[in-house]
Parts: sequence; structure tokens; C-alpha cells
Amino acid sequence: MPRMTMIEAIRSAMDVAMGRDEAVVVFGEDVGYFGGVFRCTAGLQQKYGRSRCFDTPISELGIVGVAIGMAAYGLKPCIEIQFADYVYPAYDQIVSEAARLRYRSAGQFTCPIVIRMPTGGGIFGGQTHSQSPEALFTHVSGLKVVVPSNPRDAKGLLIAAIEDPDPVIFLEPKRLYNGPFDGHHDRPVTPWSKHPAGEVADGHYTVPLGKAEIRRAGSAVTVLAYGTMVYVAQAAAEERGIDAEIIDLRTLLPLDLDAITASVKKTGRCVVLHEATLTSGFGAELAALVQEHCFWHLEAPVQRVTGWDTPYPHAQEWDYFPGPRRVGEALAAAMEA
Amino acid sequence: MDERPRLSLNVPEPEVRPGDTPDSSRVVIPRAGTVPRPPVDVDPKEIRDLAYSIIRVLDREGEAVGPWAGTLTDEEVAAGLRHMMTLRAFDARMVTAQRQGKTSFYMQHMGEEAVSCAFRMALEDGDMNFPTYRQAGLLIAGGYPMVDMMNQIFSNEADPLKGRQLPIMYSAKDHGFFSISGNLGTQFVQAVGWAMASAIRNDHRISVGWIGDGSTAESDFHAALVFASTYRAPVVLNIVNNQWAISTFQGIARGGSGTFAARGLGFGVPALRVDGNDYLAVHAVAKWAVERARRNLGPTLIEHVTYRVGAHSTSDDPSAYRPKTESDAWPLGDPVIRLTNHLIRCGIWSEERHKQAEAEVMDTVIAAQKEAERHGTLHAGGKPSVRDMFEGVYAEMPPHLRR
Repeated sequence: MPRMTMIEAIRSAMDVAMGRDEAVVVFGEDVGYFGGVFRCTAGLQQKYGRSRCFDTPISELGIVGVAIGMAAYGLKPCIEIQFADYVYPAYDQIVSEAARLRYRSAGQFTCPIVIRMPTGGGIFGGQTHSQSPEALFTHVSGLKVVVPSNPRDAKGLLIAAIEDPDPVIFLEPKRLYNGPFDGHHDRPVTPWSKHPAGEVADGHYTVPLGKAEIRRAGSAVTVLAYGTMVYVAQAAAEERGIDAEIIDLRTLLPLDLDAITASVKKTGRCVVLHEATLTSGFGAELAALVQEHCFWHLEAPVQRVTGWDTPYPHAQEWDYFPGPRRVGEALAAAMEA
Repeated sequence: MDERPRLSLNVPEPEVRPGDTPDSSRVVIPRAGTVPRPPVDVDPKEIRDLAYSIIRVLDREGEAVGPWAGTLTDEEVAAGLRHMMTLRAFDARMVTAQRQGKTSFYMQHMGEEAVSCAFRMALEDGDMNFPTYRQAGLLIAGGYPMVDMMNQIFSNEADPLKGRQLPIMYSAKDHGFFSISGNLGTQFVQAVGWAMASAIRNDHRISVGWIGDGSTAESDFHAALVFASTYRAPVVLNIVNNQWAISTFQGIARGGSGTFAARGLGFGVPALRVDGNDYLAVHAVAKWAVERARRNLGPTLIEHVTYRVGAHSTSDDPSAYRPKTESDAWPLGDPVIRLTNHLIRCGIWSEERHKQAEAEVMDTVIAAQKEAERHGTLHAGGKPSVRDMFEGVYAEMPPHLRR
């Protein structure tokens, strides 16, 4: 089986989708001729022509707005926002338009678009290239929100997202583009070419939206994570010698609640992780769901380990990032209670 | 001590406020028939003047004059008059229905009927409008059933939108009418996207965007023009300048540029101003712009100069911010009266015939209303189910909505 980085897997997903369905179009800032600042769309314009893969003006509002119009026509745009940090000018179009079009038109018009954007920190990107805005989208009825953690999933989830009849926010943890990052910034990262999840099938396959996956089976404590934090959790559990069950949520909306409750009812303990800020973060939703559905099984309070409630800093990146030390402390605290 | 002049903020004000006497003498209105009609493949640079003038066909005597005249037969013009009369009667009944508590909200078109009614007649079936909340003439002139409009307004059991949308936020895909958002400006750039898609698929269909004078200040307007210009999208972009954005006069959104149409010039988009109260002029300009789009010559920006005679909505009282007599002083007159006078002058209409038509139109509207009310009104009779509230958020209901 071929080996791919997450970038190559994402590119392969778009290639497969464009090859199978002429309605799929790809565009965004620097996406056409150059192939994207992260190279995710490299070669697609050459292969499918300028009318199906092209550069746009620097207008996130415009990119999403025209994608909605195209979807109303019958196309399936898969568009790139260069960094998740840049999506805010398009927020009205996403929240008030894309998310509600099916509902408000009683199904006359639908919005099968995918909005891809690199998310998360760990690259010294400062406050404008490091944010994790997933909770701004999980709060919106009508959207689906996906965060892959490895190349194999990224490809299957992206194809599933493109084929989905509703708008999907597809957040790509940019720190995972080239290898699984466990938060130890001072150690080398294993490239995807040496990792089993770097084995990615050519051609078409999907990973269904709304299904979590257990990354590490365990019995002591359930860890709910997605994106980069999956690897941080694995490192922390290993270093602390804690038999954690690590669940990679993969899709935040709709959420695989069955997988979460099955695990927490087994372990009786739960730690929730994300890079995004704490207050009103997606972890709050997870913690609430766990107590609603597993209260009588819980042996300890649900712990949250997240980014601090500050803008994402530059020099202090590794003090901000919820690395293995902080996660390990939370695991230990959950075990001690 | 600093001798330089102190800075001060410029906040534009309309020339008159409640209690003042409206003065329309400062509004520069060219005589009908005086603005040239360029070929549709004209270089936009050669028609920059059209962004500052006003294309008019109907003169004071009701004669259709000049190079923009003659795009419709007498029968088509008579049908156009009936569309406008129907829209006016529809509005009158629905404003009353709102006051009677049969619905929560309504927005009327008084004074602006020509814009959407005439524009619709320049389009083909299959084209797509991305309207604001004041283009119901697109539906009336396009033959959409009035009873379905009313079912939507009453949010009753037969509401095509299942009670989910604010009254008059229609959606009618089969009639080329995109779902109205109510979030101002968002549809303008979506219209460009629809047109780009049609071009990507080498189709023949075009799209039409609509926006108000106030909402041109939204970023969506500028994004729409950039994308339309860059990709030469087959779209007609309409600004309906009815002088008032709720209580805010058009000078607040227009700023220092002479006209709203002139915004198109910097984008290299042909920009035309048209007398929005002149049914024949609106149709002629629409036809010109639609042909440009259809021939793959790219987008056109049109400013329809009109006046919002009524309140912004049933929640608004214009006497608080503009003179009550301002609409009477509006120099472009009333679109229904102007077209009526034209048809009388052509000898195919009469005062008597007009009175008869008014009665017929009102009967049709009342009959539709009776039928709609049989399906219920907002607080009485049949209504959409609670299930309708949960369905349609997604194609397939996700587990968290099923629980």
C-alpha cells in the first residue's frame, strides 16, 4: 500500500473526488496554479483544468459566498480557507447561509460544500496561524465538523465530506501534516512514511462521518481527543504508565456519543482534551454529555486539559500548548480522585 | 500652539427631515429618451457616463421615447401593468392582514413595483434570482401562485417552507427565486457563485443578484463585484436605491461617490442607472444586461433609482425620520400611474378599463387570500407540525436531534 503524508492524502481525496464527479470544484487563495501554501491542491489545476481548480481573490467571505451559490446551482465545491484563523470574514456566510439553506428553503436548495482549513498550533504561527475554532462551528445547527488525526482517516473522511449532502467544516491539524506530533517539541517527529496510519489506499474509499475510533484500548480512564491531541494523549498515557482508553472523535458534529458512553461506563473516569481555549470550548459539551449520560458510572470529576483562555501566543507557544506533562497530570488526577 | 485647522467628523444628513418641505429640485433628472443605448458588447470604459445619468423611456406625457424604447409589445406592457397592480393589491391586503394579526410581519413594495415586475420579463425560465425581501414582483410576474405566497406569509399548514421562515422570505426554486435570507447582502455574492457555476458547466443560464442601497455597504457587495469582475460571471447585479435604509438616508451608505452605480466602475463592470419607476426603462436596461450575460460578455451593475413610498416594514414608522410629503414630491412619479398613462396614450387602455382591471385584480387577490386562510393563519387554524421544526436541518436527522 502506498505511503502518504496527510497533505498527500488530502490531495488524493480531492483528486479521487474530482475524477469521479465533475460537479466537484476546488478553489481558494493560492490554491490553483501554485497548489496551496501547504501544497494540498498541487497538480489539481493541471489535471482538471482552470475552471475546476482555481485561485481566488483574498476574500474568505467571497470564497464561501460563491461556493454557496455554486452549491445552489448543483456543484459540490471543496474550498480552502488558507488558515482557520482567516475564516471569520466568512462566518456570516457559513452560519446564516450555508448551515441554514436546506432548512429555510424546505429542501429546495441545499449546500453540499466542504470548507477545508488548517487548524491548531505547534508551528510557531502566533495568534493568526494557530487557532482552533471548532467550537464556533459545532455550535451551529446544520453544519458538520470533522477533525482527522492521520493520513488514512483524512482521505476517507474528506471523500465522505465531499460526498455528504450538507456543509462540512473540515479542520486539518497542520502540525500533523507531515507526521504524528505528540507535543514533545524538542524531539524529532516520526514521518508518516514510518507510521502505519501513513499507509493510504489509492482510489476511492470513505471513513464515515460521525464515527469515533479507539486509538488505544484501556480500562483505567477514558481520554476524549481529536487531531493533534490524540498523540499527546498517547505519549502522556505511556509516560505515566496509565492504562488509558484513547478515543479519537474524528467527527465532532454529529458526535459518536455511543462510543464515548460505552468507554466511560467501562472506565468510570474521563479526561477531555483540546488545543482550543477552555471557556465554552468543545470540551465543555463533552464534559456535559459525559455527566448527563454516565453520571452514575463516574468515579471522578471529568477533567479538561486545553489551551489557556488567552490569545494564542508566539514565544510562549510551549507554555500554551497542552502538552504531555499537563495531560499526564490530568490523567493522574483523574486516577487519584 | 498648533495653528493648523482642527479635524472634524463628517456625518451626512438628508436635506429634509420631518416638518421640512421636501425639495426635489436638486435631484438631477435627465429628460426621457436622452441617454444613448450602447451595443451590449461595448467596452465598459466607453460608457462610464451611464453610471451618473438616469436612463428613462417614459416622458411626462406618457410617450415612450428614445433609443431604449420599444422592447415590449403593447400586450406585454398591458400584462406588465397588471403585474404591478396585482403586487400593489397583494401588498394592501397583506398589510391589512398583518394589522389583523393574521401574520407577524410584512414588507410592501409601494412605489417600487416596476423594478422587480419589469426585470422578470427580461429573464428566461431556468435563470436564477437572488432577491432581497422587496422583489416579490419576480414571483407575481413569473406566475408563481399567490396563494402559496400567502401560505408562507401566514405560516400555515400549507406553507411551502413549513413555518420555518419569517413572512415574505419566500423560496421558489422552480420559479428562479432563491431562498431569501433576511441577512442583508449575503445573496449578492451567492448570485455570482451561481453564475460562475453556470459558466463552469458551459450552461446558458444566468443569475441575477439584488441588493438595497443601504446594504451595498456590506463586504458581500464588494466581494460580489470582485468575483464577478475577475471571473467575468454571467450575472446581472441590481442595486435597488429606494433612498431609505429603514431610517437611514442613502447618503450614509453612498458616501462620497456620486452614485451607487459608480461603484462598478472601479471593478471594470459596466454600470447603468435607470429610472426605477419607469417600467419600460427597467425592462430595456434589464434586457440589455441579460443579453450581455447570456452572450458571455460578463456582469453588469444596475442602479434602479426609485423611492420607498411605504414604511420599511410593518414594524417601521417613517414619519419619525422623513417628511410625510416627501413621497409626493418624489420627481420620478408613481410607476403604476406612469405606465397607465402610457397605455391610455397608446389607445389600448382607458380610465374605465383601469378601474375595471383594479377590481378584477383585487378579486383575484381576495380569492387567493380566502383559499390561503382555509389552511390557517399564524395564530388560527392549521399550522406546520413541531416535527417540521426538527426535520430538514440535515439531509438525514443526526442522533442528537433524534434523542
